[in-house]
Amino acid sequence: MPKTFTKTKLSNGLTVLLKEIHTAPLISSWVWYRVGSRDEVPPLTGISHLVEHMQFKGTPNYPAELMDKAVARDGGMRNAFTYLDWTTYFETMPADKIDLALRLEADRMVNSLFDEKEFSSERTVVISEREGNENEPMFLLSEAVQQAAFRVHSYHHEVIGDMADLKTMRREDLYKHYRTYYVPNNAVIGIAGDFKTPQMLARIKQLFGGIPKGPTPPRLSRPEPEQRGEMRVTVQGPGETAYLQVAYRFPAASHPDFFALSVLDSLLAGPTNLNMFGGGGISNKTSRLYRALVDKEFAVGLSGGSTTTIDPYLYYLALTIHPKRKPEETLAALDAEIARVQNEPVSKEEITRAMKQARANFAYGTENITNQAFWLGFAEMFASYDWFETYLEKMSRVTPKDVQRVAREYFHSQTRVIGTYLPIGNGEAK
Amino acid sequence: MSEKIKSSNHRQSLPGPDDIHREVLPNGIIVLARSNFNSPSVSISGYIHTGSLFDPDEKLGLADFAASALTRGTAKYSFDELYNELESVGASLGFDSGLHTTSFHGRALEEDLSLLLGLLSETMRHPTFPKGEVEKLRHQLLTGLAIRQQDTSDMADITFDEILYRGHPYGRSEDGNPDTIKAITRSDLVKYHQRCFGPRGMAIAVVGAVEPKRAVDLVQRALGDWRNPDQPEVPSLPELKLLEETVKHHFTIPGKSQADIVIGTNGPRRKDEDYMAASLGNSVLGQFGMMGRIGKSVREKSGLAYYAYSNLSSGVGPGAWTVSAGVNPGNVKKASDLIIKELRRFIKEGVTREELSDSQANFIGRLPLSMESNGGVANALLNIERYDLGLDYYRRYPDLVNAVRPSQVLEVARKYIDPDRLAVATAGP
Repeated sequence: MPKTFTKTKLSNGLTVLLKEIHTAPLISSWVWYRVGSRDEVPPLTGISHLVEHMQFKGTPNYPAELMDKAVARDGGMRNAFTYLDWTTYFETMPADKIDLALRLEADRMVNSLFDEKEFSSERTVVISEREGNENEPMFLLSEAVQQAAFRVHSYHHEVIGDMADLKTMRREDLYKHYRTYYVPNNAVIGIAGDFKTPQMLARIKQLFGGIPKGPTPPRLSRPEPEQRGEMRVTVQGPGETAYLQVAYRFPAASHPDFFALSVLDSLLAGPTNLNMFGGGGISNKTSRLYRALVDKEFAVGLSGGSTTTIDPYLYYLALTIHPKRKPEETLAALDAEIARVQNEPVSKEEITRAMKQARANFAYGTENITNQAFWLGFAEMFASYDWFETYLEKMSRVTPKDVQRVAREYFHSQTRVIGTYLPIGNGEAK
Repeated sequence: MSEKIKSSNHRQSLPGPDDIHREVLPNGIIVLARSNFNSPSVSISGYIHTGSLFDPDEKLGLADFAASALTRGTAKYSFDELYNELESVGASLGFDSGLHTTSFHGRALEEDLSLLLGLLSETMRHPTFPKGEVEKLRHQLLTGLAIRQQDTSDMADITFDEILYRGHPYGRSEDGNPDTIKAITRSDLVKYHQRCFGPRGMAIAVVGAVEPKRAVDLVQRALGDWRNPDQPEVPSLPELKLLEETVKHHFTIPGKSQADIVIGTNGPRRKDEDYMAASLGNSVLGQFGMMGRIGKSVREKSGLAYYAYSNLSSGVGPGAWTVSAGVNPGNVKKASDLIIKELRRFIKEGVTREELSDSQANFIGRLPLSMESNGGVANALLNIERYDLGLDYYRRYPDLVNAVRPSQVLEVARKYIDPDRLAVATAGP
């Protein structure tokens, strides 16, 4: 596929990744900041996400309503996401309208107002977002598992933050967070689509080049000490369905083992789709765990997946327990399957299959510009764009021996956390 | 406009008569194909004319059960063998049953398109509904229903439909309920499939890295010899009896931290003349920018909800025009009052010229984005086919959108929305 990719660092430290793709008259632009929930300590958990919300509340030049209206009128799509290691803002626009998005992003890198009144209503919007999450048993369970898995590391808390902190955070806290982390030398901009690189780069320099550099904010990193023994947590709540989550410790995305583990994930639970848009949709009904757990009626549904993070994080298996089983029985069946992949080498064919699944997911992901632009900066947040470009190649070098080795090394019962959701009854219509 | 598009061959333009290939096979299957060689992948999407309108009351959920069971085993493949074929090549195939139609979606790398179409044919024409698999699926469906019963958003939607469409087939939940799912036998599935599945009126869109001619050939090879001379017509719909006053129902789900609200009324059918005016009006009401006027009132100004928006759902039969929000259980009344206030304002004042022009620009501007993926284009092609919009619909679209005037929006708003005759559904603690 013809493509032009360039990576440039401006004198103020802003990293710019550009990729020309001339398949559709669209351009997608993503601005990434190296700040996420892992940079937060109590009583300010959730502050990165709240700051992200306030970034939509306007600057002197672009009041909130004007920004919304301008992008929507041009038929653009915009949103933002906050995660463990990063916060990102994107716009996908008709190619001839992208300048609006660039002006807007350059402006809100420094000029957001964080108006007190806007903040007070946005606080309750985010509280409502959290209450919506709390309606879901799987959210309650994964929050408990995550907290148990990280006692020291700040991956401890959910991105949305603790309710106590959401209720007490002040406007000054948010503004300080914003000014600390939203500096060009802590940001990456990735743009893909129908443009000419020299012109685009010149425009980026014009708009972003004058934003002064700030002190490079430190990342909060308190390494999680070794886990010495399996941990179990239980959550009780409404409903009549039990759920089980099993979290194993996985290495950082930049670790060489990540690729053998991706193959193993494909084999165990079906391929994880790393695309933000498009891609995915490949079912997991012939994965080892589906065959052993769902076909055999220990569970009615199963998913598994890893996350690309800077520091070691978790591999989650999530199971909806079959109504006629106890979570313990399902767990025993899971353990038998994990033991099998540790004791018997997997076949070459299984690896070839995982490769083809990964190749398909990548092909689906390239159907849309937004997703291709996403990858430019996303990969930079935990590795570099090269990580993405060489992903399939690295995966193709994985051997049956590698898979067995990582299965033995990472799927230990001593270092896992098991979470069980126990339903306390059903809600009937009254 | 189309002149300009034709001149830029290297770009995906909006689909039109010059690049949509439409062909009707001898057995009645309509094939719509459009090429896109930018990615080595292909999407297929389509529907056949059968759905839950055929379900007897006591076996509600039959069509849905059958659709899910199609992939559970066929004459040629067991459940595991079938998914092994699909998953081994990173392909996917799934079925959904609706009221009037049963739809399917699939995607694959282009080298596997023939395999995918073969599996589509096999599952639609030769499912065997193996006993063991049917029972497994039944447990999964029942668990799904138990989970649904705990979902405030799902239950608010279901409660809303029960109020608005009482006595009408649209008031029934297509997934059925535990009693009806338990009542469905394997033989019911077999009989329903034999009777109602057939090629007449079936449409399939094939979009991606394949020449249209080849796409048609492959569909012909896979499905060209499918026949069902006795395929019945989908039952016709009775008249919808409109509400005479506001009706409120609450569905209690204890222990939840958020309640969901759905407030609304009936709306136009997709083919109705006033659909476009209603659709633009709906955008002003609860979609444009950060969820339109509803978002501004309930979310931005009052901070009551993370989501608050309106939706116009228009299909074959009477549509629904709704406003939805998720709020703290203590704020249900406050949020509902704000929503109804906006509805009153909407039918009193209509929309301003400026608001309408914003939404018109948005409708036109967002088209290329909605069609960047193969799946997006496939949906657009099926939309054209299902509602007789014409192959040039997306080329004419800007004119159709821009032709709507504020007075037409006001007219359609008043025609459907009466703030004293609303269906008000809530679910939560």
